[in-house]
Amino acid sequence: MTRAPHRDWRYVGLVALGGACGSVARYLLSGWAGILLTPLTILFPSTAETVLRFPIGTLVVNVVGAFALGYLLEALARRGRETVRRRKIRLGIGTGVLGGFTTYSALALETERLLAQGYGWLVLLYVVLTLAGGAAACLGGIAIAARADRRRERR
Amino acid sequence: MIELLVVALGGGIGAAARFVVDGEIRSRHSGGFPWGTFVVNVAGSFLIGVFSTLFFTLMPLGVSDGVAWVLQLAVTVGLCGGFTTFSTATVESVRLAQSGRMRLAVANTLGTVVVTVAAAGLGVALGMALGGLFG
Repeated sequence: MTRAPHRDWRYVGLVALGGACGSVARYLLSGWAGILLTPLTILFPSTAETVLRFPIGTLVVNVVGAFALGYLLEALARRGRETVRRRKIRLGIGTGVLGGFTTYSALALETERLLAQGYGWLVLLYVVLTLAGGAAACLGGIAIAARADRRRERR
Repeated sequence: MIELLVVALGGGIGAAARFVVDGEIRSRHSGGFPWGTFVVNVAGSFLIGVFSTLFFTLMPLGVSDGVAWVLQLAVTVGLCGGFTTFSTATVESVRLAQSGRMRLAVANTLGTVVVTVAAAGLGVALGMALGGLFG
């Protein structure tokens, strides 16, 4: 019997490399995503201070990452048996890049901090948008991968 | 540039640790609930709570602002961010729902968010208490 991938240092190294790339992408994108709040602060200047507390960066990376992982895992599963090449893609891109790109710790800390500061409604909006948006994006990714696969089969 | 480097380093170590911890838990539990991801996310949320106060702990110890900030970035955004994952948790819930195990899907989705937020709160409290010991 061969060794499980998580006990094989080559696969662990691959996940580390992917996780490093995904984490840097998360750091950059979640910083830039703040710009999405600008129109809201212009439309509703009186609530600008509250609006700017919304953790839009984490929301965006998590929803985008959930879509991408749903797509990737469905596409790989539909190609059939897991070859070494497919396993490298699943672990390097899926577990590494997309696992590192998305984050639960930031979601938890932001939620806890906003609750402690008394922003109950903002927290509710943040958590609902994250969980519902993440699930919908993931289902969307799975559906698109499934459709692409059916089209490929017909050809 | 140094920011990107420490986020990459922390994120790489965190993701590798998640892969190993999840794999070990997975090999011990064959049931339907994704315990591996759950444990990783709760542990990472506790740690980010503890480390979120690191900056304020290091400052009175004479560590410069810049160094304290880079260290905090490395362990919070890098290590804890790379260790925990939202995408895998979501895919696992969706897969449970698709296979008809709706209760487990809802339990995983809501259970993870509630327990990680509580863990982060505990972490912040511990971090502040530890900071108080030094400060």
